[in-house]
Amino acid sequence: MKKLGSPQELAALRESILSQRDPERLCITICSGTGCHAYGCEKVTAAFQQEIERQGLSDRVDIRTTGCHGFCERGPLVVIRPKNIFYQRVKVKDVPEIVSETVLKGEIIDRLLYSDPNTGQKLVSEHEVPFYQKQKRFVFGDNGYIDPTSIDDYLAVGGYAALAKALSSMSPEEVISEVKKSGLRGRGGGGFPTGVKWESCRKAEGDIKYVICNADEGDPGAYMDRSLVEGNPHRVVEGMIIGAYAVGSHQGYVYVRYEYPLAVKNVELAIKQAEKYGLLGKNILGSGFDFSIRINRGGGAFVCGESSALMASLEGKPGEPRAKYVHTVEKGLWDRPTTLNNVETWANVPLIINKGADWYTETGTETSKGTKIFSLVGKVNNTGLVEVPMGITLREIIYGIGGGIPGGKRFKGVQTGGPSGGVIPESLLDLPVDFDELNKAGSMMGSGGMIVMDEANCMVDIAKYFITFLEGESCGKCLPCREGLKRMREILDDITGGRGKEGDIELLEELSQALIDGSLCALGSTAPNPVLTTLRYFRDEYQAHIKDKKCPAGVCKALVTYRIIEEKCPGCGLCIKACPQQAITPRGKKQPVVLDQEKCIKCGACYDVCKLGAIEVK
Amino acid sequence: MQPETKELAAQVDSILDRYQHDPGMLVSILQDIQAEYNYLSREALERVSSCLSVPLSQVYSVATFFKALSLKPRGRHLINVCLGTACHVRGAVKVLEAMERELSIKSGETSEDLSFTLETVNCVGACALGPVVIIDGEYHGQMTSEKVKGVLKDYS
Repeated sequence: MKKLGSPQELAALRESILSQRDPERLCITICSGTGCHAYGCEKVTAAFQQEIERQGLSDRVDIRTTGCHGFCERGPLVVIRPKNIFYQRVKVKDVPEIVSETVLKGEIIDRLLYSDPNTGQKLVSEHEVPFYQKQKRFVFGDNGYIDPTSIDDYLAVGGYAALAKALSSMSPEEVISEVKKSGLRGRGGGGFPTGVKWESCRKAEGDIKYVICNADEGDPGAYMDRSLVEGNPHRVVEGMIIGAYAVGSHQGYVYVRYEYPLAVKNVELAIKQAEKYGLLGKNILGSGFDFSIRINRGGGAFVCGESSALMASLEGKPGEPRAKYVHTVEKGLWDRPTTLNNVETWANVPLIINKGADWYTETGTETSKGTKIFSLVGKVNNTGLVEVPMGITLREIIYGIGGGIPGGKRFKGVQTGGPSGGVIPESLLDLPVDFDELNKAGSMMGSGGMIVMDEANCMVDIAKYFITFLEGESCGKCLPCREGLKRMREILDDITGGRGKEGDIELLEELSQALIDGSLCALGSTAPNPVLTTLRYFRDEYQAHIKDKKCPAGVCKALVTYRIIEEKCPGCGLCIKACPQQAITPRGKKQPVVLDQEKCIKCGACYDVCKLGAIEVK
Repeated sequence: MQPETKELAAQVDSILDRYQHDPGMLVSILQDIQAEYNYLSREALERVSSCLSVPLSQVYSVATFFKALSLKPRGRHLINVCLGTACHVRGAVKVLEAMERELSIKSGETSEDLSFTLETVNCVGACALGPVVIIDGEYHGQMTSEKVKGVLKDYS
């Protein structure tokens, strides 16, 4: 392959790829994101390959393994194009039937269709499924169409056209001005205007500048960056090249979590392919602009999502943040001007350059433009990744797209923004989701985790979970964060352990303020948010723990007991087998079992196996 | 030089070559060494320090800062129980406790016969499948305390 020397050569290559592709050709696309991998999509793919070969259909039918489609709850997902017939939870044994019935004859296999839990209606096409219907998949949509290991697939959907446009017809200043006009704000959590950041970096003094893609997605419960890097790595790379051109950088870094091996592999491959095509390296598309990208793997430290900590790690040092009196756009990596953006931010850039800021700003709210990808997880029917326009309400996301709460349980709250965010209660379900509204509610956008919780989740336990998490992840450099979090965790341990006392809540609030005022970086200054929001919206739950020594949700071990409801227990013995302590004994045939409270360690194994609701936690 | 030390030095050198002896790649270098030996020995850290001209204190500081790096030998099978928020709200702690009971070790420990190391991870981004347990890179989704015994059987 000869390197592409001009935008015209790129366009010609795209034409030649498209001319060899028939949009009407049958194609079996199989989601190969991490979720579907865990469900066994590799075996399904292999079965399709075998079956297509066995039936001699290789010249008529393509098989494409794509990135994450987002509807992880229902994996492995298979979509038969061009009709977009959507099959879910596909198993190896379904494969021969799919090939002979659906692929060859166009017959629909009823049992593999998605059935709307509210109406019971079976839906054939991907686009009819409410989970997808209510989304606006500007950034994430291509994931379902392209093989992330194929640069040709990306070119076929218009990839690198934005780069060609920027390099051939826009000055760096014009690129910056377009991004500024688009109102794009950092998708990693801070929400800082991207164009403003780029402009400061461009104006900063120095010949050597860096751009960094922050793929150290540390928020527990958020995985949109993983799915973008895994499923559409070229888009992120394209965004980075455009950004580098705008700020005047020739070296970029992708800092990606080691916990995401497939993301590392796919972005490595994408960089190699882009180099081979002349889209990275010297004299990109004949423009005279040089840029290359290196990959660094993170070491599993949450604090490295903070820009200055990430840069320290890139320099081979422990990932400790520094005070940012001097911004990283002026003195960042190796003390050079550095632009760092999150994966999703970079992935938005080609869209803005291609379609223009005026088009981009049609979506979103006054202060937050475009779409945002959320990972909708926890106690919700349709878990997965959803891309929605900014300004959509929480209710629409959780009930419209997510299909509500499973098991007939009651919604309690939704946690947004990861450990820096907070829990939003039912009374605020109609809150429009954008950067500023979430801040006003005491939470934040963060990188886009949305963890739904029901009545069986204890809010004090959730606060303790996040504080424990942050205590472990605090780098220890500054005192308010290092010691403050420890003290807060100890108080929460006491409250959940039945040792809570009057004044604990006030002390938590005082400590929170000390962290907000005194911490060096955002990890510490936002750390109290989970405590402050749960105190704001669920104060009575704290009080029940402290005053009544009760955990209303039945979670905090020290405050609950397990009990057999004798009227409901037929003595089936499932719980006897499940109990690791031999604390449950039979009383006789068809007689309720007996639970020995002395031996019970409150592990909950009996509660989980009992299908009859004959065990209660109170 | 002992034969093992010689072999270790050669292995470390080839990993350093892979990264052109760039001190900026220290975290990746240590990860690759760990992938080879399943932990970071003192000898390996010393070799890295002298070859990169980075003080041993800094190498040690990095090696102990990041969760992915271990200075202790680990078991043949590495179990990671995800404790991300999505897994937490779906009962990951119960799964971890069941693992601890089944293996008679606590999180962060290695079984005496060096067959299993039990660790926790903050989030692996497979949130829709939670609670998730990863054993030797293989994902087990929708875990419950009940399933623990059966899953472990495949690895012993």
